[in-house]
Amino acid sequence: MSDVSTIDRRAALDWASPQAKKRIRRRYAADRRLQAYGIIAIGLAVGLLGILVTSLVATGAPAFLQTKVNLEIYVDPSKVDPKDPAKGNFRAIVRDALFAQVPAPETDKQKTEVTKILTSDAAYIVRDYVLAHPETIGQRITIPIAVSDPFDQLYKGVIPREVEALNWTQERTFDRLQNRGVVVTHDGKAYLKLDAYIDPAKVESGDFTGIAHESLRAYLPDVSGTEMFGMLADDAPDAIKGRVETDPGVVGKTIQVELPVSEPYQTLAKGETPMVLNQRFSPEQIEAFDALVAKGLVSSPFNWELFLNADSRFPERAGLAGAITGSFYALLVCFLLSFPIGISAAVYLEEFAPKNRLTDLIEVNINNLAAVPSVVFGLLGLAVFLGFFGLPRSAPLVGGMVLSLMTLPTIIIATRAALKAVPPSIREAALGIGASKHQVILHHVLPLAMPGILTGTIIGMAQALGETAPLLLIGMNAFIPSVESMGVLEPATALPTQIFSWADSPERGFVSRTSAAILVLLGFLVMMNMAAVALRHMFERKW
Amino acid sequence: MIGYILLAILALALISYVIGRYRAVASVGGRQYELHSRPSYHGTFVAAWVGIPAVLLVLVWITLQGPVIDRLLLWSLPLGTTDGMDQGQIGLLLSEIKSVAAGNIFGEPSLVVEDAAERYLRWQTIARSAMVVAVLCVALLGFVLTNARISPTFRARHGTERVLTGLMIACSLIAILTTLGIVLSLLIEALRFFERVSPLEFFFGLNWEPQIPIREGQVTAGGSFGAIPVFAGTLLISFIAMLVAVPIGLYSAIYLTEYAHPRLRATIKPIMELLAGIPTVVYGFFAVLTVAPAVRSFGETVGIPIAPNSAFAAGAVMGIMIIPFISSFSDDAIAAVPQSMRDGSYAMGATKGETITKVLLPAALPGIMGGILLAVSRAIGETMIVVMAAGIIATLTANPFEPVTTVTVQIVTLLIGDQEFDNPKTLAAFALGLVLFVVTLILNVIALHIVRKYREKYE
Repeated sequence: MSDVSTIDRRAALDWASPQAKKRIRRRYAADRRLQAYGIIAIGLAVGLLGILVTSLVATGAPAFLQTKVNLEIYVDPSKVDPKDPAKGNFRAIVRDALFAQVPAPETDKQKTEVTKILTSDAAYIVRDYVLAHPETIGQRITIPIAVSDPFDQLYKGVIPREVEALNWTQERTFDRLQNRGVVVTHDGKAYLKLDAYIDPAKVESGDFTGIAHESLRAYLPDVSGTEMFGMLADDAPDAIKGRVETDPGVVGKTIQVELPVSEPYQTLAKGETPMVLNQRFSPEQIEAFDALVAKGLVSSPFNWELFLNADSRFPERAGLAGAITGSFYALLVCFLLSFPIGISAAVYLEEFAPKNRLTDLIEVNINNLAAVPSVVFGLLGLAVFLGFFGLPRSAPLVGGMVLSLMTLPTIIIATRAALKAVPPSIREAALGIGASKHQVILHHVLPLAMPGILTGTIIGMAQALGETAPLLLIGMNAFIPSVESMGVLEPATALPTQIFSWADSPERGFVSRTSAAILVLLGFLVMMNMAAVALRHMFERKW
Repeated sequence: MIGYILLAILALALISYVIGRYRAVASVGGRQYELHSRPSYHGTFVAAWVGIPAVLLVLVWITLQGPVIDRLLLWSLPLGTTDGMDQGQIGLLLSEIKSVAAGNIFGEPSLVVEDAAERYLRWQTIARSAMVVAVLCVALLGFVLTNARISPTFRARHGTERVLTGLMIACSLIAILTTLGIVLSLLIEALRFFERVSPLEFFFGLNWEPQIPIREGQVTAGGSFGAIPVFAGTLLISFIAMLVAVPIGLYSAIYLTEYAHPRLRATIKPIMELLAGIPTVVYGFFAVLTVAPAVRSFGETVGIPIAPNSAFAAGAVMGIMIIPFISSFSDDAIAAVPQSMRDGSYAMGATKGETITKVLLPAALPGIMGGILLAVSRAIGETMIVVMAAGIIATLTANPFEPVTTVTVQIVTLLIGDQEFDNPKTLAAFALGLVLFVVTLILNVIALHIVRKYREKYE
């Protein structure tokens, strides 16, 4: 209770005074600052999403193409018995076909190197083709054969043919010597002009390399040996040795020597960047591959194998068919379990349940289950489904059961919302013409709520499709090289766990495959969510 | 096998539906209006009593068959075979018998094992045929009992609806069963762990080296289970995640609810929600592919050595994942503040910014805090990002540029590829799981409580 008369009557504010104007400016500046923070925050969130998608697309896109060699192969009847073609020597057939196209390699080692251009599975590709077409034995056939991962990446330009021979430190170090005038050039060849102490002990033991190194170290005391000794050519110690042999009097003295510079530094001295062949390729391989490219045999068509092949140890042959099948089985089990159970539970809780302790407990449980970490569901699956019930490890059945437990809360919550949205008039009308409560719900309310329920189910399934951790714990990351043996009770892998396994693989080609697999997974998720949105739009009703 | 039996039960149920329906129609000579319930209710009633008990019997049977046969096998072994064997060796013996029975013979199985394998095969066949017979009996019994009740006055609809209600209650109970299953399985395995490792060491020990020798003579670290470094790592990564997510989420929610044009809001909100729909394994790969190398090369240019699997990279990516949680919860909380409070503030001459910081945010604070707590529980339980981007070795450090490990990483690494349930290494995963479950549950309960209480206040 305040007494009006005691309120302090302040002097009227002068809104035009400079202080007041400054205050107002400051207040509006604060307002704009808040707005700017908001825009920055949204920009960051959207930008991060953009970076995520771009980096995945950039690394994943090459995997949708696969470099192949259209190899003309003579299916030699002397190597493949028409009566028993499966036992044929296809490795030799592929080798012969390849060597017919490229400059002949000489040594066995070179031959092995050159065959490594093709995928290690090349013989199996030809075998499978010949087994499917036995009439081709004795004929010439042309089939595309995937090249191995390094050449796939080389052809797509992901990895370079040549790399810089020297690193930044090495180039800087040489620059320093040049600036100090240590590098001299005669007849287009560069030398290091160094003061060398001809150590009698080292001459005694013939360690002229040591003398050369010591003299260089005196100029670059702060550089590690590995970064600078490579500057000296292999014949640099010989230059010192020559001097000592022609004039034994120099032993024990410090003399000036000119030591030749090694190959990459010769190029550097000319002001060019020295390049060497990428270590992943041998010269013979590059020569042979260039010959194949020159003959127009190499192309990179769309990589259907990415969808048709199952997993493989070789990135160029690895595909997603096994993972997609496994995910499909697991989602099928998940749907068959969680859809009916979820709807029944939701209908009971929304329409029938009396308000009592038990139903309260159920509701609290459902809300909490929605927030339990997914890895805990994996532990549950491991302990109960695998440990207690003894169901098979790695099976889509178990995966689907675990996923259905995680999807149930989503479906129940969506179903209850959809049931609530059906107007009471429908129920009352049905009750009014004598339907029982069950009939009202089964015949009228549920069909009207179905679009909403289906939308929620699809969203729940999309979540389940992306779940990884629980599947890892029950072992649904098996290596599945063939789709044929797959079943609900057989070991399987799923899309997200396949992504996890590929991301863990050391081969470089799997980086691209992993991104491609992620793009495929995201594609499925987008399709499912679009289906949900379309469903909602199609059946949306205004009551 | 089980699949065929279930299919057969389905077929039996369908047949009994047709028979029941036909009998109901026949009982009134085709004048359906004389029936109390419509014929399909009679059919459904019979089918339900044929199908449901049979399916339940199959489920109970396959649950019990394995353990019962195992027990019988152990009894049937010659006296003294299992003397002095511990639980693990008995398990090995049983699995040897089973693999011999399945035809996978490695080495020379002893005579006892071969005999037992033969018995095992025989008993399995017996159990299978017995199950078929029992299921048929139950189905037939159900059919006979219910079929006899079909008459014009029989209240089949009430019966059917009662069965339906029962089924629905059973389905609702699955939520409780799941929670019960989680709690029991975690508790039982964790208790077995604490029999071997003292809880004191687990909760207060500073050294986490769970790699204990599985085979004799294998050289590994001692195997110590002090989980403090693991908990600390989890907290560090979650803290970094919240440091990224809370400002971005909160400021974007403020902008979207108060400043943004409705059309901008309608485009930005779904884009933000996309972040929530991306599977976490994708974020994990993003962390490894893009963020970690970027963080590392940034560290190199400013001269800080940053590990490739630093806590910072994993935490930052987890923060990106959590942005939509924070933003949508804050959005809801701010939008729920009554318009009258906004109007009051404007009427006093406050700017929009002042209204937001001095009126809306304090009023929405409980809701925002609830959202942040839920996000923290999400961050603690998040698995794939840290499995792929964080470390495996448990180090006790507060430096965000060093690798640390988390509870979820340890659970996954301890359990991948390992099926033995009897060593402390795998059991430790369940102990960690129990801690994780309890902590996230408490966070969720508090968060939901805050959110609900606050929502009621304004409604």
